[in-house]
Amino acid sequence: MSALNFPLPTPNAHTKPFWDACAEGILRYQKCESCSAVQLIPRSLCEHCQSQQLQWHTSKRQGTVLTFTTVYRAPLPVFKSQVPYAIVIVDMDEGFRVMANALPDAQSLLAIGARVRMGFTSEHGMAMPIVEAVLPAVERGAK
Amino acid sequence: MTMNAFITGAYDTAVGELPGSSCMALHAEAALGAVADAGLELSDIDGVLCAYSFSEPHLMLASVFCEYVGIHPGTCLAVQAGGASACIMIMQAAALVASGQCNHVLVVTGDNRLTGLSRDGAVAALSEVGHPQFERPFGISVPASYALVAKHYMHQYRVTSEQLAAIAVEHRRHAARHPKAQKREPITVQDVLASKMIADPLHMLDCCLISDGGAALVVSSRAAARDAKAKAVEILGAGQGHTHEHIVAAPSLVNFGCKTSSATAFARAGVSAKDIDVAQIYDSFTITLAVELESIGFFERGQAGVAAAAGELGLGGQLPCNTHGGLMSYAHSGAAGGMFHAVEAVHQLRGTADARQVRDAKLAFVHGDGGILSAHCSLVLGG
Repeated sequence: MSALNFPLPTPNAHTKPFWDACAEGILRYQKCESCSAVQLIPRSLCEHCQSQQLQWHTSKRQGTVLTFTTVYRAPLPVFKSQVPYAIVIVDMDEGFRVMANALPDAQSLLAIGARVRMGFTSEHGMAMPIVEAVLPAVERGAK
Repeated sequence: MTMNAFITGAYDTAVGELPGSSCMALHAEAALGAVADAGLELSDIDGVLCAYSFSEPHLMLASVFCEYVGIHPGTCLAVQAGGASACIMIMQAAALVASGQCNHVLVVTGDNRLTGLSRDGAVAALSEVGHPQFERPFGISVPASYALVAKHYMHQYRVTSEQLAAIAVEHRRHAARHPKAQKREPITVQDVLASKMIADPLHMLDCCLISDGGAALVVSSRAAARDAKAKAVEILGAGQGHTHEHIVAAPSLVNFGCKTSSATAFARAGVSAKDIDVAQIYDSFTITLAVELESIGFFERGQAGVAAAAGELGLGGQLPCNTHGGLMSYAHSGAAGGMFHAVEAVHQLRGTADARQVRDAKLAFVHGDGGILSAHCSLVLGG
């Protein structure tokens, strides 16, 4: 795979704190100081009250699978060697959302409603979130 | 009720694999065809709306088109709302003629996605609708995004892959009656399930085609419609609904903007879903149509596939739907894909749909969906 063609994220002023934290093994999310709404994905203003007073918080990296798919047809040549790969949308316990791939052991255990723990993987030198583990059923529903 | 706007001309080009076609040539053919169908001259057109192109992308596609065909209308702009573009263009054209700003607005779409771009190229270009930072690095594609919806929706309402496949099968049955359709050979539920998995649970035959083709309409004011020669179709109602763009940021994976857009269009037209004789609804994937049919109120939740299997979407069914074969079997060439639905609705309401004709079709529903069930526009048309 060539890093040149991989659609690596290009952080901007408002998303850089998220990506910088990933590099340190920290998953961050934004909460509005004005109305307390948690933002689904990073941004410059609150999606509920449009306040610009967004604060970064550290996630405990656990959430619930909202949905997932296994991709067999890669959209770009750089993903061809990865198929079949999972794409998961996780509703994090703190109220934000993460889309990510899954580590092989986790991929085979994915289910809607499953409890998962997020970790990080390095993609062309950039740390990106990944579903690291599907938690045992006994922990489901626990926060 | 009325929107004071009429479709006076409609035309679509050949579709499928068209070697030697180009984006602008398809636009031009569709435009001239629609104007001729209306019995008008190109010089009668005083407004032009275009959409977008993958094979000849441009910041100002409507200006490029007007330069290409050699017209200089008083109003000229492009609309970009993915698969909702065609319906939104028609709704916008209706507003332009109803407000007196234009007499005859040409809405024109076309692209040679198949021969001009290659299948790989089209899939790659489409994947760019994914969020550049929070979706695309994970290998998202349009089919994968819809698969994320499908997985959740099927789980929630206990829908099976067999039920979704029945939707694709009925589309192919419709397409077999259309001499221009890209795919006409019959398929079975087993064929759909045995086709290559693209993104679980969506198989190749759950997905739309990639095609070359163009389509256009002329939308005229009530007064100007009298100048047109062909039977006019009235735009009775229109509405839009917008909830998100990226699937990771969708507020719900079961409720989308089609609920609002259709409710607005029905209210404006003074009708309800049960009054509709024929529907032409965006079918980029089997799941797309299932979600729309159920959210709009044509069928109960989880029942669209069951209804398809019982023949309810077929000719003579409860709701004949996508009688040309839709994006899955007729053709899908970008914004023209949605315009084919509108052209087919015009055929149905004029009674010129030949072997596909729904008997006594008086009221048609047309719906477009852009992005990942992100942008919706519904139209109610009357013959």
